[in-house]
Amino acid sequence: MGRRYKETIPVQVAIVGGGIVGTAVVRELSRYKLDLLLIEAEPEVGWGSTKANSGIVHGGFHEEPGTLKAKYCLPGNQMYPELCRDLDVCFEQNGILMVARTAEEMDTVRTYFRRGTERGVNLRLLSRDEVLAQEPNLDPGIAGALFAPEGGSVMPFELAAALMENAVQNGARYLVNAKVQNAWSEAGKKFLETEEHRIQADYVINAAGLFADDLARMFGDDYFTIHPRKGEEYIFDLSVKDVVKSTIFPVPGPISKGILVIPTAAGNLMMGPTGDNILEKEDLATSQYGFERVFAGAKSLVPSLDPRKIIAQFAGVRAASNRGDFIVELSPNVPGLLHLAGIESPGLTAAPAIAADVPRLLGEAGLELDLKEDFDPRRRPVIRFNLLSREEQDALVKEDPSYGRIICRCETITEGEIVDAVQRGARTLDGIKFRTRAGAGRCQGGFCQPLITEIISRELNIPVTKVTKRGPGSEQVRYKVKELYESEVQA
Amino acid sequence: MRQLQVDVAVIGGGPAGLAAALAARSAGAEKVLILERNTELGGILQQCIHHGFGLHRFKEELTGPEYAQRFMDQVKATDIEVLLETMVLEVTADRKIYAVNTKMGMVEIQAKSIVLAMGCRERTRGALRIPGRRPAGVYSAGTAQRYVNIDGYVPGKRAVILGSGDIGLIMARRFTLEGAKVEAVVEVMPYAAGLTRNVVQCLEDFDIPLHLESTVIAIHGDKRIEAVTIAKVDSSWNPIAGTEQKIACDTLLLSVGLVPENELSSQAGVAIDPVTNGPIVNHWMMTNIPGIFACGNVLHVHDLVDNVSREAEHAGMYAGRFALGTMEEAPRRIKVQAGENIRYVVPHEVSTTEPVEFFLRVQRPEDNVALDVGGLRKIRKQSVRPSEMLDVKLTPEQLQSLEGDTLVMQIVSQKEA
Repeated sequence: MGRRYKETIPVQVAIVGGGIVGTAVVRELSRYKLDLLLIEAEPEVGWGSTKANSGIVHGGFHEEPGTLKAKYCLPGNQMYPELCRDLDVCFEQNGILMVARTAEEMDTVRTYFRRGTERGVNLRLLSRDEVLAQEPNLDPGIAGALFAPEGGSVMPFELAAALMENAVQNGARYLVNAKVQNAWSEAGKKFLETEEHRIQADYVINAAGLFADDLARMFGDDYFTIHPRKGEEYIFDLSVKDVVKSTIFPVPGPISKGILVIPTAAGNLMMGPTGDNILEKEDLATSQYGFERVFAGAKSLVPSLDPRKIIAQFAGVRAASNRGDFIVELSPNVPGLLHLAGIESPGLTAAPAIAADVPRLLGEAGLELDLKEDFDPRRRPVIRFNLLSREEQDALVKEDPSYGRIICRCETITEGEIVDAVQRGARTLDGIKFRTRAGAGRCQGGFCQPLITEIISRELNIPVTKVTKRGPGSEQVRYKVKELYESEVQA
Repeated sequence: MRQLQVDVAVIGGGPAGLAAALAARSAGAEKVLILERNTELGGILQQCIHHGFGLHRFKEELTGPEYAQRFMDQVKATDIEVLLETMVLEVTADRKIYAVNTKMGMVEIQAKSIVLAMGCRERTRGALRIPGRRPAGVYSAGTAQRYVNIDGYVPGKRAVILGSGDIGLIMARRFTLEGAKVEAVVEVMPYAAGLTRNVVQCLEDFDIPLHLESTVIAIHGDKRIEAVTIAKVDSSWNPIAGTEQKIACDTLLLSVGLVPENELSSQAGVAIDPVTNGPIVNHWMMTNIPGIFACGNVLHVHDLVDNVSREAEHAGMYAGRFALGTMEEAPRRIKVQAGENIRYVVPHEVSTTEPVEFFLRVQRPEDNVALDVGGLRKIRKQSVRPSEMLDVKLTPEQLQSLEGDTLVMQIVSQKEA
C-alpha cells in the first residue's frame, strides 16, 4: 500500500488534545500574536475525561501542600467567575460542604480547614446544627462540616466548547477527528501526523489527557505514565431539586475524594464518582457494582435519595499520572515540547491557571510572545430559551420564529438553539446534547432524537443515515425502509 | 404576548384529547381549543400503522391512523379550534396555560376548564440502569417505530428487544417485515407484558424466540452496539450466574414500560398517584385542582385505545359542564380502594349520582377468579393478567346501595363469587 500524500500544515504552536486543558491553553495563547492549531482525536472538543466528570470547581483545600495540584487549584478556582462570565457558560458558585460523619472524621476536617486557611481559602467550620440548618436533607447523624463558599459547579464540555469557540474568534484553528498517529522531532521542528494531515510545529503542547504518555513516547519521552482510573456517575431527574444546595463531599479516602452528591450547573442532581483503577483507557462501561457503591455512598450523606428517579448514568476515565500529581513541564529531551499531563482531579478547576502559566513556560523555551491589541475575551452570547421570562421568549420568537419550535420537550430546547449549536461546531447528536441539553432529559432523546437527526441532516446537508451519535461508526439509523427487504430478495 | 380566553382547553391532540374535545363541545362548551405539539393531530396513533384498533368502538379492525382520522374528521366538522406545533410550557392552578409556537410566539390562554391529555413516554435505558457502554443503536421501541413508520429509516438489521410490551412486540414484527432479523425478545417476568394477541401475531407467527424470566445484563460495543449479554433471573430479578448468553446485534430496542407525562400537571399542583404515575381523579375525571381534568395515558397507561376514547369522553363532558357552571356537587363521595390482587383503580373517588366506569389492573396473573366490586357486583373472569386492563361499570342505583364510604375492588376465588 502506497504512502498517502499528506498536506503539511506549518504552525507555530500545536496543541494536542481538545479537552479542558488544551482548550484553556489555546484560548490563553490566542491573546498573543501566534499561529495556533489545536488537534483533537474525537469529532468535537471536550469529549474525553472532560465530558465525563463531576463538573466540580473545587475549593482548593483538598490538595497536599507542595503539589502542583495545590499550586494551580486555588488560582484556577478564582479565575472561574470571570471566565464563565466572559464565555457565557453556566457556573453555579453554590459552595462545597465536606461533611464529617464521626468525631474522628471531624478531626480530619479540621486538618483540611487549617491547610486551606493557611493557603488563603475562604473556609468556615460548621457545627452539626449549623450544617443541618443550611442543608436540612443531610443525614442528621453527621458530626459537622467544612464549608467552602467559593466552590462551584460548571458544565465542563460546555466550557471546553466555549473556550475553543473564543480561541477561534481570536484567530486560532482546530482539527477534529484527527488522532495523532505518529510524532517526531527533526531539525528543531516537531511533526505530528494524523490520518489526513502532517503538522509541522515550532512548539508542541501535549494536552492529550489519557494518551499524554503515548504522545510523549512518540517523541522519545519515556519518563512518565498515565494510569486510567474510572468514575461512574448517576444523574437524577430535574424534578429532584432543592435536595442539597452545595456539593456534598465526604471526608476523602486514600485515593479519591469519595462519593459526592452534586447539584450540577445544568440543574440535575448527580451522585458519584467511583474511583476504580482500570487497564483499558477507553473502558467507559458502567456496572451494577459501581451503582451499588455510588448509591451507598450518596445515601450515607443524603438518605432521601430515590434510585427510581435516576434518568442516566455514565462513566469517565481520569488521566492519573504515575507521580500522583500534575505534570506541567518542558520536555528534558525535546526542545519546544511542553507536557501538561496527569491532569486528574482537580484538573477542571486548575485548567485556567495551568493555561495562564503556559506563556511563561513557552517563553522559557524561547517563544517570543507579543500580546494582540484586539483580543476579545467574550464569546458571542448563547440564547437559552428556558431561562428567559415569558415576555422575553415572546419577543425572541417574534424576532426569530425558530425559537418558537420546541424540539426537546423535557428540557425545553428550541430549534433555534440546536441550529445555533451546529453553527458553533456541534456535528453529532451527543454534541448537540452536551451543548444545548436537548436529549439529556428524562426521556433521554426518545421523542426529540428523530427531530434533531433531521435538523443536523438539514443544517450540515448530509443524509440522515450519516448523522451520528458521536462520530463515524455511530450512525443513528442505518438503512432506508425497503432497503434491507430488497437486498434480501435480490440475494 | 397574545392572550386567549376559552371555555375548555385540551392539552394534547392524541386519541384522548380528540375525544375529550368532542365531548366538551357536545356538552355545550362553546369555545373548545386543542393544543397539539406535533405537526398533525392523532398523537402516537399516527405511527401505529398496524391494525387492531377500534374493535370495541367501531367493531372494525382499523390501523392507528385510520382510528385517529375518524375522530379528526369529527373535530373538523365542528368549530373546535386546533393549534398545531404548539408546545404548552406551563399550566397554573388558576387555569392559565402558557404555550408557544412559531407563528404566534408566546400565548397566554385563560381557560374555564382544562383537560390534561399529554399521554406518556417510554422508560429508558438510563431509568433501568442497564450496565455497560453507551454505543449508538439503543432505542426505545416507540422511537424506533417513529424512525421506521414516519421518517422511513430502519435503525439496523439485527435486533434484540428487551421487554415484551406491546410496542416491542409490534416492532419485532415490523423489523422482520422490513427484512431485519429479530434475534430475541427478552422479558424479566414469567409472562409477556403485552397483549396475548400480539405475542401470537408478532412473535409466534414469525418464529421469534421469547426469553422469559431473563434480562439484558450488559451492552457491548463502542461506537455502535455489537452484542448484548442476556441471563436468566431469579424471583427477585437478580441474574443467575452460569446462564449468561451473548447475542450479536446492531440494535437493542427497549419496550420496558410507559410513564405518564405529568410534569405540567405537577407544576399546576395536581396530586399524582404513585402507582399509576397519573393524577388522582374523581368520577368526573377531575383532579384535586378544580377545573383541571385528566384522561388517557397521562392518567394511567392503557392498552386499548377504545378505552382511552371512552374515558376521555367522560373527562371532556365534565370539563364542558364545569366550564358552563352546570356541574353539581356530589351529595355523597365514595373512596375507591385497591384490594386483593388489584394494582390500581381509576377513578380514585366516585359519587352516588353519576354512572361510573372503572378501569383497573391486577398485580399478578390468576385463573378462574371473580372481580368483586365492593360487594355490589361480582364478575367471573376466566383469567386476569396485569397486561390486560379490566373495566367495570356501576349505575347510580348500585352505588347508592353501598354501605359505608369505601368501595373495595378485589379479586376473589370463584367459590366466593
